[in-house]
Amino acid sequence: MSFAKSLRCRECGRLYPLEPIYVCEFCFGPLEVTYDYEALRRHISRRRIEGGPYTIWRYRDLLPVEGEPVDIGAGFTPLLPAPRLGKALGLRHLYIKNDCVNPTWSFKDRVVSVAATKAREFGFDTLACASTGNLANSVAAHAARAGLRALVFIPADLEMGKVVGSAIYGPTLVAVEGSYDDVNRLCSELAERYPWAFVNINVRPYYAEGSKTLGYEVCEQLGWRIPDHCVVPVASGSLFTKIYKGMKELAWLGLVEWRPLRMTAAQALGCSPVVEAWERKSYDIRPQRPNTIAKSLAIGNPADGYYALRVLNESGGYGVAVSDGEIVEGMRLLAETEGIFAETAGGVVVAALKRLAQAGSFAPDETVVAFITGAGLKTREAVEGVLPEPVVVRPTIASFEEAMARRQGALMASKGQGW
Amino acid sequence: MAKQRVKFTFPPQLVQEPIIWRLGKNFNVVTNIRRADVTETQGWVVLELEGDMEEIERGIKWVEEQGVRVDPVPGDIMEG
Repeated sequence: MSFAKSLRCRECGRLYPLEPIYVCEFCFGPLEVTYDYEALRRHISRRRIEGGPYTIWRYRDLLPVEGEPVDIGAGFTPLLPAPRLGKALGLRHLYIKNDCVNPTWSFKDRVVSVAATKAREFGFDTLACASTGNLANSVAAHAARAGLRALVFIPADLEMGKVVGSAIYGPTLVAVEGSYDDVNRLCSELAERYPWAFVNINVRPYYAEGSKTLGYEVCEQLGWRIPDHCVVPVASGSLFTKIYKGMKELAWLGLVEWRPLRMTAAQALGCSPVVEAWERKSYDIRPQRPNTIAKSLAIGNPADGYYALRVLNESGGYGVAVSDGEIVEGMRLLAETEGIFAETAGGVVVAALKRLAQAGSFAPDETVVAFITGAGLKTREAVEGVLPEPVVVRPTIASFEEAMARRQGALMASKGQGW
Repeated sequence: MAKQRVKFTFPPQLVQEPIIWRLGKNFNVVTNIRRADVTETQGWVVLELEGDMEEIERGIKWVEEQGVRVDPVPGDIMEG
C-alpha cells in the first residue's frame, strides 16, 4: 500500500487524484505527489528501511506506487569517502555518491524504475521518452524488464555509438529530423494524442519522485545524518529539488535530525540557465541554446528551473557554471584520484567543487557530498583527445627501459622539475 | 478542434507588442492565458491555443518569426 495521497499543483495548490496527469487544469502549473506524512510517521522506521532490499525499493513506503516494482536493481549505490580528491581540493570530509554503477550506468534508473512501475499500474502498454542518452538507455531497459513496448525519440543526427546502449534492449527508436526544439514540440503533441506513459510528461510527477532516493541513501549511508553540503549537477532541476525534498522528508518523519544543508547547483557554462538566473538574483529563468560537451545537462529550458532556484536560495547554496575545459579536467581529476570514470556531468561537479574550494566557500569541517550521476564510457569522446598516448616499445628490456626513462624525463619536464 | 498548451517567452524589445492579440486576430486560434509574468524588460505567458491543429501550428510559426520563443508547457522534454 502507498502513502501517496494526491497530486498538488505547485503553483496554485489545487489537488488532483493520483492519475497519469502532470499539469494543473486551472493554471497549467506542474503537479507534485503529496503523502500522508502522519500515517507514514507511524509506519516507517530506520529498522524497517534497513531490512529492505539493496535497491531504491528499500524506500518503497516513500514512493508513490502500489504494484510490484519494475526493478532492474537501481539504487543503493556506494557513498565513498574521497580522501585523495579531497586532499587535492583541500576538503577534509568529501564523499562521492557514485551513481555510475546503476544498471544502465546513470541515476536515471531511479526515476525510470518508478515511472515504469507506475505506467504498468495505470495499465499503459507503452513507455516513451525523448533522449540523447541516459534516459533512453534506462527507459528501454526498464520497458524490456516490464514487458512494455518502448518508444524512444532521438534527434536524427545523434551518433550511432550513442544509440547502441538503448537499441540493445529492443525499443522502437524514432529519429526525428529537426532541432531539439522540434523534438520537444513533437513529443509534447504526441503525448496529448496517444495513450502512452511518456516518462517525463504525463507520468512526470511519479517519475521525479524516484530522485528522492538519492537523498535518502546519502543520509542512511552517513549513519542517518544530513550532510552539510550537496553539490549536484543541474539539468531540468528535478534531481536537485528532489534530493532536498528527500532529506527534508526524512527529517519530518523523525528518521534524521534536521540541520542546515546547503544545496549547490553545478552547470556547464554552455548551458547554465539556472546558475545565470541565480547570479542575476532573479527567479526568472531565461531559456538558452545549449552549447556544451555536457550533453546530459544540456537542457536550455529546464522544467524545474524555478523550483531549483528556490531550493538554491532557501538552502544558501551556490550556483557554479564551469567551462568545457574545466569539465574535462574535472573528469580526469576524479578518475586519477578516486578511480571513478564519470561522464561529463561528473566533470561538471568536480570542477564546481574545485572552484568553490579555491574561493574558500567550504568550511574546513564541512561534510560535502558530490553527486556523480553517470558513467564515463557514455561520453568517451570528451576525453579521448586529451589523454596520453601509450608508451610504445619493442619487445626487449632495453627498449622498455629507454622508453620509460624518456617518459619519466618528459613527465618531470612537464612539471618544471627537469633532471 | 485541437488544444495546445504553450509557453511564450518575450525578449525585451517585444514586451510592448500585442503579439497574442495579433495571433488571435490573424489566425483562427482562440488564445486563453492561464499564467504570466511580464515586466518592462522581459516576460513569459503560459496559455492554451485552441483551433485546427494546422492553424495552431501556422500561428505558432508566425509567433516564432516575430522573435518570441515558444516552448511546450512542461519545459524541455528531451533529456540527456
